Amino acid sequence: MNERERILFLYFLRVGKALYCLKMSKMYTYLLLEGGKSHTMAANREFFYRRLHSLLGVIPVGIFLIQHLVVNHFATRGAEAFNDAAHFMESLPFRVVLELFVIFIPLYFHAIYGVYIAFTSKNNVSTYGYFRNWMFYLQRISGIITLIFVTWHVWQTRIQYALGNVEVNYSLMEGILNDPFMLWFYIIGVVSTTFHFANGLWSFCVSWGITLNPRSQRIATYVTMAIFVALSYVGIAAIFAFVS
Amino acid sequence: MSEEKRIQLVITRQDDPESAPYEEKFDIPYRQNMNVISALMEIRRNPVNANGEATTPVYWDMGCLEEVCGACSMKINGKPRQSCTALVDQLEQPIRLEPMSTFPVTRDLAVDRSRMFDSLKKVKAWVPIDGTYDLGPGPRMAENKRQWAYELSKCMTCGVCLEACPNVNSKSDFIGPAAISQVRLFNAHPTGAMNKNERLEGLMGEGGLAECGNSQNCVQSCPKGIPLTTSIASMNRETALHSFKSFFGSDHKV
Repeated sequence: MNERERILFLYFLRVGKALYCLKMSKMYTYLLLEGGKSHTMAANREFFYRRLHSLLGVIPVGIFLIQHLVVNHFATRGAEAFNDAAHFMESLPFRVVLELFVIFIPLYFHAIYGVYIAFTSKNNVSTYGYFRNWMFYLQRISGIITLIFVTWHVWQTRIQYALGNVEVNYSLMEGILNDPFMLWFYIIGVVSTTFHFANGLWSFCVSWGITLNPRSQRIATYVTMAIFVALSYVGIAAIFAFVS
Repeated sequence: MSEEKRIQLVITRQDDPESAPYEEKFDIPYRQNMNVISALMEIRRNPVNANGEATTPVYWDMGCLEEVCGACSMKINGKPRQSCTALVDQLEQPIRLEPMSTFPVTRDLAVDRSRMFDSLKKVKAWVPIDGTYDLGPGPRMAENKRQWAYELSKCMTCGVCLEACPNVNSKSDFIGPAAISQVRLFNAHPTGAMNKNERLEGLMGEGGLAECGNSQNCVQSCPKGIPLTTSIASMNRETALHSFKSFFGSDHKV
């Protein structure tokens, strides 16, 4: 390499370096200004849906579940108390809007996306029989049972009411629950729903990064299982109030 | 006495990535302190199956032989682990060896774990320090934090956590626990933290963190005892905060 070639080579090296720096600085400016939204919007959809799924399960669907079970519990105070409570709920202003945005849209988004989640997992409790893996499996099973139960329950009560076939009151439920098959269907359905909600609260705490370490997650297990037992009691007490 | 003792092995074999798997039984002489690798070496020395027929030697991957490289991972009696630390004396016989089912088999017990490395790329699991000029020394890391981070750095990308995870399968593109924990490691690094958001956005992308279903099999299965579920929950918190900051706007983004 003679002197001229050497200078030319160094010159090209300089230009190359300068172009590279320019490219990098442009890229970083772009990242700084657009980084937040550049590739994220489309790719983030799954993250967003999952988080939405987790949130909707608790607010509003979980809150509605508690409210529903508490109102049902009026049945233990007799037919009249239940009918008054049911009538009060029925005559809430903006009822259809409330039902749509507090119940049906969040519930069925949660349910349909949940079915997708359940069927993309490959359960392996036979090989890995750990407690949390069982809960993972039961969460998916109870989700499917709950979806079937809730859909049937909505059909039997709300939709039949909308079609003008029934009145929602004590005697409607009494009639349904007098059938032993329906009684068991309702018991399994309610227990499955309360389990799915309580265990869902546990995974909500993990999914949103509330409980990080094993200790807090273990305590969350105790708390959520206590919620499961308590809500199951409330629900089943109401069911038996219609039977006896 | 020890001459008469034998070891029975049932090995799931596969001749090439496309062919169908089949089982082959082996009956080999016992030696003291054998591990699964030395049993496989015995088969390689004398490739004859339990029926006395000559066969091809069983192929497997290995590297360090001291449970730090992760190459020799396989399913041993149904559970994924490293064959170097699987001692024959502690295993129920016949010893069943299978390749891990989450990864494509290259041959016999060897699998292709490329997807794990692709995941590390997806979440940018490194500290970028290359540039056009000397960046100088980075910020110091507190000693107690270094010790804490060391535990996370023990990950050897062996694939056992992916094998145990019910959400890592052919129906999902979940990157699995290992890569998520690496984001926590590199985001904890004082220099690595300068690119925190890029890694979090990698985690929030397709097949990312959100696909975790909290079965927690990973933390039970990790041979290095890495607190994977704590890492996942921690990244759940970080990505949640990051998504709020991105949506509402914030001056506290890295």
